[in-house]
Amino acid sequence: MLTFIVRRLGQSLLVLLVAGAVAFSMFRFVGDPIDNMLGQERTLEDVERLRVQLGLDQPFPVQYFKYLQEAVQGNFGLSYRQGREVSEIFLERAPATLELAAISATFAVLLGIALGVYTAIRRDGFVANLIMSASLIGVSLPTFLIGILLIYLFSVELGWLPSFGRGDVVNLGWWNTGLLTESGLKALILPSIALGLYQMTLIMRLVRSEMLEVLRQDYIRFARARGLSERTINFRHALKNTMVPVVTIIGLQLGAIIAFAIITETVFQWPGLGLLFINAIQFVDIPVMAAYLMMISVMFVLINLIVDILYAFIDPRLRVSSK
Amino acid sequence: MTDPVLSIRNLTVEIPTRRGLFRPVENVSYDLRPGEIRGVVGESGAGKSMTGNAVIGLLDPPAHIAEGEIWLKGRRIDHLGAEDKRAIRGKEIGMIFQDPLTSLNPLFTVGEQLVETIQLHLKVSSDEARERAIALLDRVSIPNPAERFNQYPHQFSGGMRQRVVIALALCSDPSVIVADEPTTALDVSIQAQVLDLIKELAAERQVGVILVTHDMGVIADTTEEVTVMYAGKVVESGKTDRILGAPEHEYTRSLISAVPRPHVKLKRFPQVSYGGRETEFKIEDLARNWPKPEASSSGKLLEVKEITKQFVAKSSIIPSWNSYLTAVDHVSFDIRDGEVFGLVGESGSGKSTVARMIATLYGVDGGRILFDGEDMTAMDAEGIARYRRQIQMIFQDPFSSLNPRMTVADIVAEPLLHLGILPKADAKLRVRELLDRVGLAKDAWRKYPHEFSGGQRQRISIARALATQPRFLICDEPTSALDVSIQAQILNILKDLQEHLGLTMLFISHDLPVVRQMCDRVGVMKQGQLLELQETQALFDAPQHPYTRELLSLMPRLEQLPG
Repeated sequence: MLTFIVRRLGQSLLVLLVAGAVAFSMFRFVGDPIDNMLGQERTLEDVERLRVQLGLDQPFPVQYFKYLQEAVQGNFGLSYRQGREVSEIFLERAPATLELAAISATFAVLLGIALGVYTAIRRDGFVANLIMSASLIGVSLPTFLIGILLIYLFSVELGWLPSFGRGDVVNLGWWNTGLLTESGLKALILPSIALGLYQMTLIMRLVRSEMLEVLRQDYIRFARARGLSERTINFRHALKNTMVPVVTIIGLQLGAIIAFAIITETVFQWPGLGLLFINAIQFVDIPVMAAYLMMISVMFVLINLIVDILYAFIDPRLRVSSK
Repeated sequence: MTDPVLSIRNLTVEIPTRRGLFRPVENVSYDLRPGEIRGVVGESGAGKSMTGNAVIGLLDPPAHIAEGEIWLKGRRIDHLGAEDKRAIRGKEIGMIFQDPLTSLNPLFTVGEQLVETIQLHLKVSSDEARERAIALLDRVSIPNPAERFNQYPHQFSGGMRQRVVIALALCSDPSVIVADEPTTALDVSIQAQVLDLIKELAAERQVGVILVTHDMGVIADTTEEVTVMYAGKVVESGKTDRILGAPEHEYTRSLISAVPRPHVKLKRFPQVSYGGRETEFKIEDLARNWPKPEASSSGKLLEVKEITKQFVAKSSIIPSWNSYLTAVDHVSFDIRDGEVFGLVGESGSGKSTVARMIATLYGVDGGRILFDGEDMTAMDAEGIARYRRQIQMIFQDPFSSLNPRMTVADIVAEPLLHLGILPKADAKLRVRELLDRVGLAKDAWRKYPHEFSGGQRQRISIARALATQPRFLICDEPTSALDVSIQAQILNILKDLQEHLGLTMLFISHDLPVVRQMCDRVGVMKQGQLLELQETQALFDAPQHPYTRELLSLMPRLEQLPG
């Protein structure tokens, strides 16, 4: 197990380095940050001085190396636009995104598994078929469209829920949460559904097909032959076997939820990291973009690692026997 | 005589299909007394498993009992509701399935599965259930039961898992056990142990056992009464000795004559002629267009010298710290031109690994393999391609060795096109010709593998292997997944190939009577080593190595069978 983790960590580092290099090499195509930083009345000298000061005159491998040197020490530089520490801005924005992601992930996983199991057990039932057909909509509609439709229906027409923002937040010192106020909770509903709907339908369809596969296995037949009740068979024997492959996909989808939050946050003007990133692109705020991309890569790599370790907990066959 | 514990009276099972009602079981009756083992024998599709499923109430819808009665200890159970049937399952009637590798849930410990079943049927505390479970494991002769209790199924070998399955079936002292092909997936030596255990338990606990099997040897060794089924109907039923010794029905006679005999060598395998479903294999037509077999320079087509294969058992960060498992350990043998060379041994003995190394599916870790004098381990890519064309393989499982998404024509043509032997148009002609020669219907080429039976699929595998006109054929357990009747057909085809086309063969099997009939010389393998190599006759008459003697002694004795 230790060998495995060490090896995976090594691979993860390599992936991070490559992902970072690719991200860095793209920044030159986004535009020149200096155009935005200096106003109309700039001189060529000013431009040149700032360029040298920011280190933008150097080739990108050198920039990348310097950036890594600083980054491993926790220093991600100053935002060009806001002039503040990037890490400080991130810490301020992170709670919004994390709360949104956590709520929509919980919604996606719980409802996805429950509906998946239901549609698998009642395979030919009317309700199950209805759910399956409806789920096609969830899979095929893009997130932003779902968001706009939800806003149109619940905010514009019915006026039940707010269409943008986080509502009132409570500051807990290092974390500001929207979970403690009514307006904060209300504000969470639409964006979490918009963000989680696709993942929910995906998980549901996956759980259904895996479960159907498992229910065909001999050990399920044998469990029936032992006289176990359908309930024990479905929820004890079948569900656990179903979860083995499903856990990988869920893990990767959690990463996707945070990464795709960009779109949802834009639609709902949610003050999180995704919105920060979109604004940073418009302003060519390289330190913010770099930090965001690094954060997303680290997250994906970590989730993958955790999923691999989780596997061993669910499936005893993958536990290396320590004889 | 004691009263029967289970009575089946005129049982008929129906499955409605689009083409009308199909009756997989028709008018079947038999009794089972406490402590008695009744064999139910027949080929696949004869309805023998379906009868067992009907008894335990596990018919897959839309199959249902249309007529007849099933009585368990004086209580009629065939018309009970789903809940009442479930209450009987496991408590009154236990079941043992064919494949012990798949009938246990891999994610729960053996103990959890036992305790769960015990607590379901008997109202006992979890401590008592645990004690009972350990006692059961001990009873089915699992060593260190208390320790094994906490282990997962994958930590048990096949035979041990089947013992666990038996323990599970015994959890609540059932009065009937339905054992559906309980030893088909096991090695001969393990098979004998498991059957002995079933016999012991039946006598000791007075459990009636319905033993469903297609293996006449198992029937002869284990059962007192036997029911022979064909196409859903009982053709003959009675004392095992009487049925095997003096069969009355023509089908039974034909079935018994198709069982390969361990003692006498016959020129061809007698086929089951009942029902008239034989398809002709046109060997003469095939031989006409076959290139004349070239003799190898030394008279030995294949020479295997000291080959070794190691698999990584536990990998480590540093390659030299890896621990290895030696699957094949310095094995050497020669195969002469036109010879059928047999390799026998239990699973895990390395016989399939040897075959895969010769077929270049596995690399060789040590030693050399010479084909017609050329060292195949030192060949470049081009040489390997030429070599592969000469060597073809037939696998054990006709269900998984054919790609389900390819048509039969594409499957058979693949080696031709892949190795660039024939252009597409010619390959098409060759494929149709081959399929016709191995006895498949005219339109077989455009069908998919799932539309064929096991025997027909094995014919497709043979056609694929013959497509490149090889000189050497590797048959890895080619008939172990097939019924006796189909087995005879396939083995006869292989014999014809060897005789008329001069093919040289490596024949791998754990079925000693089959090896006796097929092979000229035989090698015995155990734990990666070749223990003994003899002419077939000599090996069966005077085995030298103690292990060979042990293997031969475990061969089902078919003394009752007429010569």
